[in-house]
Amino acid sequence: MLRLLFACFVLCLAAPVAHAQSLQAILQGHADAVESPSRKTVDAVIASLADAPVDGIPTFLEDWRDKSIWMRTSDGVFFSVVEDGDGLILTDLDSGEETTVADDDGFSQAKPNAGVRRVISGALVQFLLSDPDISRRIAALDSIGRDPSADQLDPLRASIAGEPDADVLARKQQLERQLTAQFGTDTDARIAAINHLSGDLSVEVRGVISQILTTRQFVAASIPDGTNVAQILVIDEDLTADEAYQLLVSEDLAPATVSTADIVSTLTAQIADGQVAGVAVATLDTDAARYAAYETLVANGDAAPFVSPEERAAALDAHTFYTAYVEPNSAITDAAEDAQAAISLQLGVGQTFDLTLDALSLASIYFLAAIGLAITFGVMGVINMAHGEFIMMGAYTGYVVQQIVPDYTVSILIALPLAFMVTFAAGVAMERLVIRHLYHRPLETLLATFGIAIVLQQLAKNIFGTQARPLTSPDWLAGAWVLNDVVQISYIRIAIFVLALLFLGLILFILKRTRLGLEVRAVTQNPGMAASMGINPDRINMLTFGLGSGIAGIAGVAIGLYAKVTSEMGADYIVQSFMTVVVGGVGNVWGTLAGASLIGFTQKGIEWFNPSNTLAAQTYMILFVILFIQFRPKGIVALKGRAAGD
Amino acid sequence: MTAASGAYAQDCTIKVGVLHSLSGTMAISETTLAETMQMLVEGQNEAGGLLGCELEAVVVDPASDWPLFAEKARELLTVHKVDVIFGNWTSVSRKSVLPVIEELNGLLFYPVQYEGEESSKNVFYTGAAPNQQAIPAVDYFLEELGVEQFALLGTDYVYPRTTNNILEAYLIEKGIAPENIFVNYTPFGQSDWATIVSDVVALGAGGNQVGVVSTINGDANVGFYKELAAAGVSADDIPAVAFSVGEEELSGFDTSELVGHLAAWNYFMSADTPENEAFIAQWQEYTGDDSRVTNDPMEAHYIGFNMWVNAVTAAGSADVDAVRTAMYGQEFPNLTGGTAVMLPNHHLSKPVLIGEITADGQFDIISQTSEVEGDAWTDYLPESAVLTSDWKDLGCGMYNTETETCVQLTSNY
Amino acid sequence: MKNTFIARNPSVLWFLLALAVFTVVVTILSEATGFGLISTSFLKTLGKTLCLCLVAIAMDVVWGYCGILSLGHFAFFGIGGYAIGMWLMYARTEGLVQVSLQSSALPPTPQEITDAIGSQIFGVVGSSDFPVIWAFSHSLTLQLLAVILVPGLLALIFGWLAFRSRVTGVYLSILTQAMTLALSLYFFQNDTGLRGNNGLSGLQNIPGLEDRSQAVVSLWFFWGSAIALALGYVLFAYVVSGKFGSVVRAIRDNEARVRFLGYHVEQYKLFIFTLTAMVAGIAGALYYPQAGIINPAEIAPIASIYLAVWVAIGGRGRLYGAVIGAALVSLLSSWFTGGSAPDINLGFYVIKWTDWWLVLLGLSFVLVTLYFPKGIGGIFDALGRKRVEGDAS
Repeated sequence: MLRLLFACFVLCLAAPVAHAQSLQAILQGHADAVESPSRKTVDAVIASLADAPVDGIPTFLEDWRDKSIWMRTSDGVFFSVVEDGDGLILTDLDSGEETTVADDDGFSQAKPNAGVRRVISGALVQFLLSDPDISRRIAALDSIGRDPSADQLDPLRASIAGEPDADVLARKQQLERQLTAQFGTDTDARIAAINHLSGDLSVEVRGVISQILTTRQFVAASIPDGTNVAQILVIDEDLTADEAYQLLVSEDLAPATVSTADIVSTLTAQIADGQVAGVAVATLDTDAARYAAYETLVANGDAAPFVSPEERAAALDAHTFYTAYVEPNSAITDAAEDAQAAISLQLGVGQTFDLTLDALSLASIYFLAAIGLAITFGVMGVINMAHGEFIMMGAYTGYVVQQIVPDYTVSILIALPLAFMVTFAAGVAMERLVIRHLYHRPLETLLATFGIAIVLQQLAKNIFGTQARPLTSPDWLAGAWVLNDVVQISYIRIAIFVLALLFLGLILFILKRTRLGLEVRAVTQNPGMAASMGINPDRINMLTFGLGSGIAGIAGVAIGLYAKVTSEMGADYIVQSFMTVVVGGVGNVWGTLAGASLIGFTQKGIEWFNPSNTLAAQTYMILFVILFIQFRPKGIVALKGRAAGD
Repeated sequence: MTAASGAYAQDCTIKVGVLHSLSGTMAISETTLAETMQMLVEGQNEAGGLLGCELEAVVVDPASDWPLFAEKARELLTVHKVDVIFGNWTSVSRKSVLPVIEELNGLLFYPVQYEGEESSKNVFYTGAAPNQQAIPAVDYFLEELGVEQFALLGTDYVYPRTTNNILEAYLIEKGIAPENIFVNYTPFGQSDWATIVSDVVALGAGGNQVGVVSTINGDANVGFYKELAAAGVSADDIPAVAFSVGEEELSGFDTSELVGHLAAWNYFMSADTPENEAFIAQWQEYTGDDSRVTNDPMEAHYIGFNMWVNAVTAAGSADVDAVRTAMYGQEFPNLTGGTAVMLPNHHLSKPVLIGEITADGQFDIISQTSEVEGDAWTDYLPESAVLTSDWKDLGCGMYNTETETCVQLTSNY
Repeated sequence: MKNTFIARNPSVLWFLLALAVFTVVVTILSEATGFGLISTSFLKTLGKTLCLCLVAIAMDVVWGYCGILSLGHFAFFGIGGYAIGMWLMYARTEGLVQVSLQSSALPPTPQEITDAIGSQIFGVVGSSDFPVIWAFSHSLTLQLLAVILVPGLLALIFGWLAFRSRVTGVYLSILTQAMTLALSLYFFQNDTGLRGNNGLSGLQNIPGLEDRSQAVVSLWFFWGSAIALALGYVLFAYVVSGKFGSVVRAIRDNEARVRFLGYHVEQYKLFIFTLTAMVAGIAGALYYPQAGIINPAEIAPIASIYLAVWVAIGGRGRLYGAVIGAALVSLLSSWFTGGSAPDINLGFYVIKWTDWWLVLLGLSFVLVTLYFPKGIGGIFDALGRKRVEGDAS
């Protein structure tokens, strides 16, 4: 309907003008539809504008779409409005005369919803395809992409010749091909366009192809001539016999079967004096008894007979079930099928690649969250249940910095080292005050650090509330790296991945190339011997603990950027982190990397098998880890020799 | 408050129980409601109390612990002997309280949008039933936005499960093919949304307009909208309508990424009526914070409390059975215009509003229906379609209209 | 040699006596007898506390005596609750359905009854079919068996896998925590068939006892809990005394040495782990009918950690310590978080206990671990020693 009106709109614009009219007068004819627009009424307004030989229609449409049209409630006059504090600057729609009012009382804003806005944008496409402003041309093209229609084809083709910008030109050509493929009138041109689209992964193209390939299901005694059949359906393969028979019934090609509910309602309807079909109602408490009573009714001619299996089979045999394309031309659907096959192959590759990227990203998050834990656990054999809360402290540090420093780039650059320092300090304090006293009681360290975790979590709640706090990434981290419509990954995830790599490198460097690292490794392997060699294990423990906690703080900023900052975010990561460390093997950076990768990839793999239930994926992942530990109790990368002792 | 009691003629305090979590995970949402109730009670006392008696708010903290809700409800009814309870947020907490309320014949006002499929003699549901929120929102998608491909995303618990079941049945009835409805459930607090968002984007490959219906709860929304924005998906490409995101939740988001996405409620703070202005002013004065927002469940308590006050006045006593009888047909003006009416099925008739999220964390109301009558049993699931609830004339909350019998008097829990 | 066990464990007698006195006093003061000094809701709290004490002594045996810091025993407790909850829901709903189906025109078939029960129970989660795990829910006997067998079997399999591959210490703690997390996530899923996040509710309405008031039913459950605690205490006191108990404690102190002495350490650990899991299941089955509702949040990993906290504060390695810890901390918790504790106004800041109780608990827990590893029970030990010393002098 809309398309038709719209075509008329284009034609009428070119037609000679009968009599002059004002825009305001036309709008008054549709005052309700302009003031509270709906997709049902917007067509009429646009159609009436199409008849009108007045200036300023594109401007009005743009204003209307942008919610800048207001109505003065006293007399219903529409204005184009710029809000100015509490007041409004009104522009007369016809004369362009400006007036200012101090208060918006007495005016009501027309608020077209997104659906109406899309229709208006569609109407505007005409005017904007050759607009000097490139952003408006792009907006017009986006509008075509979102809502392609046949009548856009001619204006689009007409605008291609004069397009100065190479990118926009390419986009126009692409859209022209898509529109041709879907709505073209010339078969050869359509097939050529379809062939050209073959192998394109974009959602738009896939949408075009699947629209061409739309099918409907039919059943008939024989397939009518001229049907563009997509597939003949085989019973028991493509559809069950029950479904097929239901289809026959719904098409009135076969008598309906008698269901259990039918039996009950028929019997109920025929109850008389506590009896039905000569049987006492009280005895009808099994399906068999009811079935028998129903058969009596059938024999008496009081109920519809059952459909026998033979009758069913005969009815099914007598008919052909098939799907047919809506598009009648088989040459076009063949071309589209070929294109779809080409696309689906690439799609499979693309999806696998995308899933791999997601898994990598998840693995890097787990790695960041767990690496600090791996260091403390590996070096000191100490379980730090408050590790998750250190992640949270880092995230809140980032949040606080953002409250003080409004520039997101600067605030992130401050937040990262600050989060490290805050959690480093917290870690050292915890080591000095608590953990130092419990080195020979590892189980109790677990409990004591858990006590600290409770305290930290509750303190965070008391200070920041239980509401999630925003941690906003700078603009250059917004958006995503887009290879095509299938393979894309957000920049923030890439940044986390890079951060994880950076820390992997940094930690390896510290451990392998510095004096501190040497001492840490010595203490890891044999604290007693290390001490007798002049290394102060106390100092090493303190620094290691600080380092591990500090990295947790940085991980907190990273996790906060991509998800959320809440007082409970640490608890979400703690079990995962532990499992990463345990699966990977204690006391080894590479082990943690392997553990994080294994868990990340496994989880994504399970999600892929069962995409509708993420919760199940998590359960199975944990089960997998528990079983994995059975077979490699020391993790993937196990320490060898004496250091492996309990 | 005790100092003021001398002003009342009789010594006959009427007790109002407030059963909202003040600690634990739900505190963020429920504390606001507990404060709202205290404000309303205080306001009523300033206006002369009720039946010449002073009202006293008895506030307990069930601490977001579902079994504790049942314990505290029993405590309110037997130890404090309250005349009415305003409380609960989550469905599971309501199901926990139901047996106690029904056993002791208490009276509960439940202010939050919920999944329906329940009718208790002792509960008045002042929040939205599915046909007062979910169904109109989906109608809006179908009619106004022309959505043909639906993604129903939800957190894995009863409200999203039941709502999505109803919506699926409704959409199929409206001619949407089952394969064009994508359903996904995620755990509470889900943060890894990359795969799910790319699944949703991929739905566009069918060539139809895609729309997201979100029953995602709480914090998990943050990551979801962030990922949606990162994937370059704007509200114009794939609109998302949320049933659990209100003004209070938006204060935790960076709303620039959400502009244009939708929410459906019976109330938005941005509603332009004198009643709403007065209510917001009263709230911000009571809390002493002029940045505090109001939201839909607060309006539900506002309407519920005022109706209860009027019903007590009409009945001349705070006795539960008398008040219940007097509740039917009670009318009170909505904050968004129009009048709410208490129906015999213990639900309200309220208008449904759809708002677009704006950059300042508010909603721009773009659609407002006339009053819709809340329906306890949905018309779109076969088992429920035959059921109706009428406590006034039929005296039954689960009445089978086919067999014309009362299925049961107690509610399901 | 009669009475040697009691003679060697005088604390058992003292405990049983104290428990008996407590039970009698509570009974007399309860609403059911007319005094009404103890409200039904508080009576339920006391009954539940006794169940928590029972699971706490189980935890004490597995951790304080055997040295296995299990962060999964509250999951066994929850499973016990689910097992009895399934029968309670089924039987109660069956009663309702029978009544409502009587009014239909035709007498109901067995299938119709089952369907109606199914749509009642699972209607809230948008389903009406009975999942496989509900196969025995119609039978009280079978579900009671499940209360013991399901946690026992789970513990047996998990323990066998873990102990066989010599997973010990903190590794084992983490593994048990992972098991608990997996279980709670599993129970959270709607597809599991246990009503997801909603869990099983209305458990306080016991089928067949509808006409009894909650005051009476609660008292019965209180007695049941007290008896279970008494039996559990005696059972565990017996297990941890004698030669068997000595071996168990030796495993805690040095597992390798016990193994070298020729004991099958794994079998001892497996026995203790499984037995305590079964007792935890029984405790859960008594607890949840008093609480009224069970849902997956109950078995989240944090609950099992709190169990360890109770035992640590009460004092490990002494059964009465676990009882004291569980009773004290859980009652204090509900008092502080219940909003009945008065706020402290410092002038510039008001300390609300609902906000600060957890901070206090966490800190006191750290302090207990650091400075009083014997917990509150340690004080009793010291008193006992003093008395013995006093007698000697």
